[in-house]
Amino acid sequence: MTQPVLSVEGLTVQFPTRRGILTAVDDVSFAINPGEVLGVVGESGAGKSMTGSAIIGLIEPPGRIAAGEIKLHGERIDNVSSDRMRKIRGRKIGMIFQDPLTSLNPLYTIAEQLIETIRRHLPLSHADARKRAIALLDDVGIPDAARRIDDYPHQFSGGMRQRVVIALALCADPDLVIADEPTTALDVSVQAQIIDVMKRLCADRGAAIMLITHDMGVIAETADRVAVMYAGRVAEIGPVEKVIRSAAHPYTQGLMGSIPTLSTDEDRLTQIPGAMPRLSAIPAGCAFNPRCPKVFDRCYHDRPDPLPHEDRRVACWLYDKAEAEA
Amino acid sequence: MLAFILRRLGQSVLVMLVVALIAFIMFRYVGDPIASMVGQEASSADREALRQQLGLNDPFYEQFFRFITNALQGQFGISYRLQQPVTELILSRLPATIELAFTSALLALVFGVGFGVFAALRPKTISTAAIMTGSLIGVSLPTFLIGIALIYVFAVELQWLPSFGRGQTVQIGWWRTGLLTESGLRSLILPAITLSLFQMTLIMRLVRAEMLEVLRTDYIKFAKARGLSSRAINFGHALKNTLVPVITITGLQLGSVIAFAIITETVFQWPGVGSLFINSVAVVDVPVMAAYLMFIAFVFVVINLTVDILYYVVDPRLRVSGPARGH
Repeated sequence: MTQPVLSVEGLTVQFPTRRGILTAVDDVSFAINPGEVLGVVGESGAGKSMTGSAIIGLIEPPGRIAAGEIKLHGERIDNVSSDRMRKIRGRKIGMIFQDPLTSLNPLYTIAEQLIETIRRHLPLSHADARKRAIALLDDVGIPDAARRIDDYPHQFSGGMRQRVVIALALCADPDLVIADEPTTALDVSVQAQIIDVMKRLCADRGAAIMLITHDMGVIAETADRVAVMYAGRVAEIGPVEKVIRSAAHPYTQGLMGSIPTLSTDEDRLTQIPGAMPRLSAIPAGCAFNPRCPKVFDRCYHDRPDPLPHEDRRVACWLYDKAEAEA
Repeated sequence: MLAFILRRLGQSVLVMLVVALIAFIMFRYVGDPIASMVGQEASSADREALRQQLGLNDPFYEQFFRFITNALQGQFGISYRLQQPVTELILSRLPATIELAFTSALLALVFGVGFGVFAALRPKTISTAAIMTGSLIGVSLPTFLIGIALIYVFAVELQWLPSFGRGQTVQIGWWRTGLLTESGLRSLILPAITLSLFQMTLIMRLVRAEMLEVLRTDYIKFAKARGLSSRAINFGHALKNTLVPVITITGLQLGSVIAFAIITETVFQWPGVGSLFINSVAVVDVPVMAAYLMFIAFVFVVINLTVDILYYVVDPRLRVSGPARGH
């Protein structure tokens, strides 16, 4: 078995506040294999982005990694010096953020930003870095890259800027790209193009992608595996077609059920009743118990861990062997 | 860009004309110029003759036009008090004021930006708390009090530095500089600190606030995610984005530093334009006051124009007009 690019074990991110400690990410474990696309899906505040920030080592203080390990190619990166981490960021792990309009520094040309990043990580001369930058812009589909490279960010449209951001994230050939809602701020018509560019470039370079989104459609088209997060925990993780076709966790079932289809004639959109609990008010037992249609006694007392079920892992007592036998 | 500069130049000319009008009205109608020029014994016929000779009976617009023409040639009349051409007087006092103002502005800029960046990058340290508390003193204490306090401590008690005057000066062309002699430099220290303190704390607080704002932006987060060094992020990316408001304030403050050097110059007996103005006000030396008014207006207009052009240099978004190209 190949070694995963990234493995996260028992990751817990906490924020000390005046009213006590908030746990934004709670005991999350997953792995990403080389070249694989892992989708991470969940509602706002489920801990998706926080997991991404934790991996790249950019959690805003006072937040901190309270427990767990993050390993890149088998080496821990959650406890290395900030200097060492700076060499991993951009070089080994690239990151793409949600809003391309604000991700680029408005005062520098695209060329300046690309060349600065390339030369930070690779031993290239200014001229060679520029050539590499133009080639990258070509790759991400910016027409007339050799000329447009000297333009400023405000001279590009949103979709084009996100292509530039992708070029910046990929410019040192990282092994893993964390894409945090890369298409959420874009037009629907542009979204597919951006996902396509990202997927193609990562496949060419053998880079794995961790795709954070709340859009099940994007996950279905893009990801190999998907992790569904709820209230800071992984509810279900497994191959994407299995999870989508036959969701096991009641929350995933609810998510799938709430995607409207064109074929059926529905008056009302199906929804999961209630809202995700605030971090300060997560109920005892399973965090999903107030909204779960299949809730039973044990859900109020014990917190389920993601346990193997068929070819995936599910954090639900419904699939506990002991429970099934009883 | 060129059209913009031309438009700004046009506006500047308009501003100068309005100020000239005010200066002229003051010059012409505050008191009777003839009364200030001739003695008590002059007969009313003599007065009338002088009035005619000076063109004071001409229509208003003719006199105003003459005032402007003379002003453009650098002539603002003769000082009542010192019986010298006003322009000569101001030019002889100007180097002192400019050396003081620029030294103060430089101090304010260097320490203001330095402390401001430091306070933004290390928000929770004792040094930052000390700097921020100290800056309150600079913002709230009046300049003359700071000046007197500095004189008391460094000139009277410690006797390290002179308490007044400009020290020895060296003449270079028409420019009389105090920057080349030791006593000149020593004399400059206290007034320069006094004058810069307010601007320094203002710039510092501004830089800190802007910097904190910029450090929260997505492009700084993205710059971190690209693995850039802290120095590149803090100074290359963050500080440059704080510059537009800092340039604005610094520019305006430089104008104020020159204009309001009056107090500092008075406290330290600094032989600059400000003290010339104060002495002229005391004896209603109207030509000097009018010329000073024009001079200060000119300084502000030039600085504003420079600031506007600097925006273009710093922020590329202002350079390109028209919609974004391409898709």
